[in-house]
Parts: sequence; structure tokens; C-alpha cells
Amino acid sequence: MDQKMDFNAPHSMGTTIIGVTYNGGVVLGADSRTSTGVYVANRASDKITKLTDNVYVCRSGSAADSQVVSDYVTYFLHQHTIQLGQPATVKVAANLVRLLSYNNKNLLETGLIVGGWDKYEGGQIFGVPLGGTIVQQPFAIGGSGSSYLYGFFDQAWKEGMTKDEAEDLVKKAVSLAIARDGASGGVVRTVIINSDGVTRNFYPGDQLPLWHEELEPHNSLLDILGAPEPMNI
Amino acid sequence: MDHHPSAETQRTLYPYVTGSSVVALKYKDGILMAADTGGSYGSTLRYKSIERMKPIGKHSLLGASGEISDFQEILRYLDELILYDNMWDDGNSLGPKEVHNYLTRIMYNRRNKFNPLWNSLILGGVKKGQKYLGMVSMIGVNFEDNHVATGLGNHLARPILRDEWHENLTFEEGVQLLEKCMRVLLYRDRSAVNKIQISKITEEGATVFPPFSLKTYWEFSAFKNPTVGAEGSW
Repeated sequence: MDQKMDFNAPHSMGTTIIGVTYNGGVVLGADSRTSTGVYVANRASDKITKLTDNVYVCRSGSAADSQVVSDYVTYFLHQHTIQLGQPATVKVAANLVRLLSYNNKNLLETGLIVGGWDKYEGGQIFGVPLGGTIVQQPFAIGGSGSSYLYGFFDQAWKEGMTKDEAEDLVKKAVSLAIARDGASGGVVRTVIINSDGVTRNFYPGDQLPLWHEELEPHNSLLDILGAPEPMNI
Repeated sequence: MDHHPSAETQRTLYPYVTGSSVVALKYKDGILMAADTGGSYGSTLRYKSIERMKPIGKHSLLGASGEISDFQEILRYLDELILYDNMWDDGNSLGPKEVHNYLTRIMYNRRNKFNPLWNSLILGGVKKGQKYLGMVSMIGVNFEDNHVATGLGNHLARPILRDEWHENLTFEEGVQLLEKCMRVLLYRDRSAVNKIQISKITEEGATVFPPFSLKTYWEFSAFKNPTVGAEGSW
């Protein structure tokens, strides 16, 4: 029985989002699937959005809600930066996100992870889940795919990782979540923020490790088969 | 967690990230309070390092269970209250009784508008030698007592306190009594996490001790062999 496709269902980014601090900065990561009910409306979305040069946010939940919150925060932070005369701090950015989330908690359905680097406190990650709680953490996970990662991070997270260790952890984690969460998929995007600036990376499926019961991808079955078998009649 | 957001602006909400019980008692020098550092998200124990007890001004300590975002907002209201009090610069400062009353008014007024702050609050403090310990619920029910608790603590901790609390407990006795309560909550409250903070407030000021974990006991022979006395049961 075919499932009824509800094309008017709100765009929801099922999602897996992650933010991790390391010694020197932060690494943000996300999958790239945006779904409308069961249909994948966008298979290559960019869920890691710039708030300022040094602060980015990972968006999950309702696509519309997370976009509008990001837009308002970008707007306010831009004015704040002009008035302040120097880059905004991660804490201020996270608190602006919190204010919008908290004061509109009846209307919004979006969980966000704010991450960035500033000269006062270095790399910081702030989680802003549904409801508008703000909580600073050494690492944060969010979105529907994060359910599958609590145990993984309990075991794999370590204090004081290097930049490469942190990025590998994020890549591995998003890819594990994609393997099990139907609402997460596509490519893995990462953003690394530190005193040197911002680096965006892109990892399509073939550059990610394979997990349990996953097979090497091929162009065709024909590439796997050797010479055609003689027919047994 | 499948709630559809409502378009109405003022309605009773549902909590998202919640803290579990807080327990507090009066002792010889002031108030002792305990809470774990967990923040649950439905049935998931999502956050394990949330501080749910904070000093307020010079004389009070506030502990909260329930929605964490609402607790954070209450802290902002109290910050403003204390700031304006300090600005008078008149040598006077708000004591625990006053802060408790302020909180009661906020909680009750929000309840009347059908838009509650989803918390149970415990406010304890000492001013001029007078110890004070009060509670306010999300619907504005408030009272003072020698020992108070929120949430499941009311059912699990208060019977222990009714039995074992007495006037002029020492600091050590008070801490051990609170730990006894927190251990029971750890065994029997499914939203409890084993990372606990104890805080105290005396005439000298407030101290929130660093988080620690409690040892638990599982060595009952009945635990190892639950069905040995009742063949066929499980």
C-alpha cells in the first residue's frame, strides 16, 4: 500500500547536527536532508548557517522556523557589531538565539546549536533546544538523528582533541546517524571555526566510512560480475 | 515529543527540558539544599551538567525543578530585582522572605493568565540570624517549613525528613540526611542522574559545592536471586 504523499506538510529538517569544541576552536557538523513528510525536498541542504564571521549556527526542526530565527539573529548581530566596534562574542550570539526561541516558544519548533570562536573565551558551543533553554557544553548534539549518538559520544568524546580528531569525530558521528535515522541523509558538511578563521568542508557518501550491513557502492552490477556465466540448461 | 506549535499567544505550555527534584532543610547555621545536575528531555536524560541551584543576592539560595528555560528566565527577573535593590544603596538588602514573596507573586500571576512558568521553586536563606525556607509551585501554592522538596521528592524525601529532621542539625548531619534523600531519589526516580550538588547558605553567605556522585548499594541477596523464594515467579 503506497503511503499518501503530503506535499503540503511543512518542510522539516529531520536532521543530525553536532557541535564540538577542541583545543583552539570548534567544529560544527550536519547532514543535508530536508524532508516534506516522506519526500526529500532537498538532498543537499546547508544547515550550518553564518550568523557572523566568527559564529555559526546548526539548524534542526522546522526549516522555516530555524531560518527565520537565524535571519533575525544575523540582523541583530550585524547592528551589534557595528555599535560594539569589534566582532560579537559567541555568548551574545547564543543569547540572542535564546531570546527569540524562549519568547516565541509557543510558535517555534526548532533546536539550534550555536558555535564559534572569540578572542575572550576561545571556542564555545551553546545548545538551544526546544523551549529556549541555553546550555553551554563542550559538545552538543541535536536533531532527530542525535538519538542514535548519545551512546557513541559517551564513549568516543575526549577533552582536548586536536582539530583533525574533532573533525573526524564529527564526520563519523553524522555518518553513523545518517545510517540509522531516516530523517537524516545526504552529505556531511562541517565548518571549523578558530582564530585563523572559518573552513567549510564537504563530504559526500563515498568519502565516509561504511557501517554494518552497508556495501561498497558500484556503478552497476555488471562491474561486479566477471565474464558472463555460461547458461545451464 | 510530538507537539504541534500553537498559533495562540498565551496558553498553558508543555515543558521541554526539565530538572528533577530539589530537597532542602534548615540546619543549625542556615539552609542546606540538594539537587542533581540533570536536564531531561522527555524520557531522554539529555543534559547532565545543569546547575539548578543559584545564590540570589546576599541572603538567599534558589533551587528549581521543572522547565529549565523558565528557571533561566526567573534568574533574570531576580537579577534585575537585586540590581535595583542594590541601586538604592541604602544599606538594606532583600532577604529570603521578600524574595520568596516576589516569586510567589510572579508564579501566581502567570497562573492566572494561563501561561505558567513551569517550575517548582525552593527559596532558602538567612538574614539577621533568622532562617527561612519556602516553596512556590507553578500554580502559586506557597508555604514555609523546616524541610521542603519538589516533585517526587515530596513523596520520597519528605517522609525521611519528617522522621529524621530535628532542630539544630550540624552541617555534617544535614549533609548526610540530604544525601540519604538523594540516594532514594536516585533509586526510585527515573529522571534522576547520579551527579549531585549540595549548597548551603548561612549568615556568612552562600556556597554551591562542586558536583559529586553517590555510591549505590545492590548487594542484597534478594537482588542477586530474585525468584529463589518463589519458584515459578519472575
